[in-house]
Amino acid sequence: MIELDGIQRIFQVGDQEVHALKDVQLNIEDGEYVSVMGPSGSGKSTLLNILGLLDRPTGGTYRLDKQLVTELTDSEMAGIRRNKIGFVFQFFHLLPRLTAAENIALPMVLGGVPAGEREARTQKIMEALDISDRAHHKPDQLSGGQRQRVAIGRATIMHPSVILADEPTGNLDRHSGAEVIEILERLNDSGITLIVVTHDPEIGKRAKRHIQFIDGTIRQDDKG
Amino acid sequence: MHIRDQIHFSGAALLRYRLRTFLILLAVAIGVASIIILTGLGEGARRYVTGEFASLGTNLVIVIPGKTETSGNVPSMFIGDTPRDLTIEDAESLTRSTQVRHVAPLIIGSAQVSWQQKDREVPILGSTHELLDIRQWKLSRGRFLPAGDPERGSPICVIGNKVREELFGNENAIGQSVRIGDRQFRVIGILGSEGRSIGLDVQELVIIPVASAQSLFNAPSLFRIFVEARSREAIPRVKEQIIQTLKARHQNEEDVTVITQDAVLSTFDRILTALTLTVAGIAAISLAVAGILIMNIMLVTVSQRTAEIGLLKALGASGRQILALFLMEATLLSSTGAALGLFLGQLGNAYIHSLYPDLQSSAPLWATGAAVGVAVCTGLLFGVLPARRAARLDPVIALARK
Repeated sequence: MIELDGIQRIFQVGDQEVHALKDVQLNIEDGEYVSVMGPSGSGKSTLLNILGLLDRPTGGTYRLDKQLVTELTDSEMAGIRRNKIGFVFQFFHLLPRLTAAENIALPMVLGGVPAGEREARTQKIMEALDISDRAHHKPDQLSGGQRQRVAIGRATIMHPSVILADEPTGNLDRHSGAEVIEILERLNDSGITLIVVTHDPEIGKRAKRHIQFIDGTIRQDDKG
Repeated sequence: MHIRDQIHFSGAALLRYRLRTFLILLAVAIGVASIIILTGLGEGARRYVTGEFASLGTNLVIVIPGKTETSGNVPSMFIGDTPRDLTIEDAESLTRSTQVRHVAPLIIGSAQVSWQQKDREVPILGSTHELLDIRQWKLSRGRFLPAGDPERGSPICVIGNKVREELFGNENAIGQSVRIGDRQFRVIGILGSEGRSIGLDVQELVIIPVASAQSLFNAPSLFRIFVEARSREAIPRVKEQIIQTLKARHQNEEDVTVITQDAVLSTFDRILTALTLTVAGIAAISLAVAGILIMNIMLVTVSQRTAEIGLLKALGASGRQILALFLMEATLLSSTGAALGLFLGQLGNAYIHSLYPDLQSSAPLWATGAAVGVAVCTGLLFGVLPARRAARLDPVIALARK
């Protein structure tokens, strides 16, 4: 479903060019569970941003579900982000003024889903994530694990085909981190492609395919 | 994204910074309220003045000796270079028209009025009994100048209430003889009306027959002729007839000025409307300032909420949606502020009205509409720059900042 061909990303820092990604070739099939590892500055976050259509590559082509997405307009890219991609961030990125339920419903609000349907879908997903009793709590009244579950709820509410998780356990204790990973893996079991960027080897090992990034290139692609 | 969701989302964002939102609302509200109150005051003053003029007498046409070139202006209160006198016969000749109800010649002067040891300088009005009907004055005691030949100068007078108080105190004035200038006049009536008329306080007037005034002041020419038309519609015809009649009497020379209530009224109307517009313009400046405040706050908001903007983009908001959300915030601020200002403005006008019941201070509809319209538009206009800045934010950078 994901086909990267000759992807380059060059940043201009002062008068210097920094090659964050150098000619990356990568194919990821539907339903795969991939971990992307590597030291900081190796380009793994840049890769995630490009995969998530938050950033455009300087060169190369990116096809998502056979569609060439490197050529799309801003609002077309926004539509794909909304409908096909779910993001899970290290710092949760919940809106503090919205309740847990409202945070989960936010992509539907942006997508123009009618209010009645929003409520039903939010409720269902909160039950599945076991946070129904927290529906009307603001993020600052939730534990880290609960916050990340709300974030996962938000990432999956539009039934995306891929979840991009950037250090999803980086800000959690071991116990809630393990819980979060289990939830993500359950989602993967149900057929959603899961790509996890991490530098925690224990988390990385759990994936079925391990990609090692160094200096903007794939050093190792272990489909174990 | 539905408009209701937009309003809800933007509204919730505004409520998060209550004090800041409140202060902006206040700024917009003050702008709108000041336009409404100031135009309300201007409009109230306009209505008051035109109302006062209307109370001068209905359907009044005034003949002034001398020809002034500029029409519409109020001619000088002083008799200018008059080629020919305006006489009592001239006034008499005007009564022949069927469209004329009353005609009253008028002479104004000032003289010493004395009774026993007390004396006092007062304005003297020389006229006929018809002046009472034209002015609609009331007598508190006695009677007004009797009907009869205006050329006859009887030694009688009607005095204002204040003149009576000052000269006679508690004593009965009717029938007493007072000295006006070098002549004796018998008091036959006392005016009970209050207020002002042609710039004079009615209570301080002494009224004598026009012929007596002519010889008292040695003034062959009348100061004015007051003509009351039978109806408002008849005014233009009466005016034309007056000009023709007097022209024929004055060797075919048009040497009088005829002004109607309408002309005076419309002049004042124009002056006061211009005044209202001016204060409205000045008040509108405060709205522009409020608009700049909105822009300032929105710029701060955008830089404070970069993470949120980045997140919204990651969740599938397009640049246009972000733009719409921030414009919605600016619009909510300005329109809520405008509504608040509308309320405060009405409240202010009601308060002024309760202080000065004579002043019907309410903002004209155009001013109210313009105030609210300008407020909402400035909010939108000054919201564009910050909203565009938000829409253009790079989501990667926006999300990375934490």
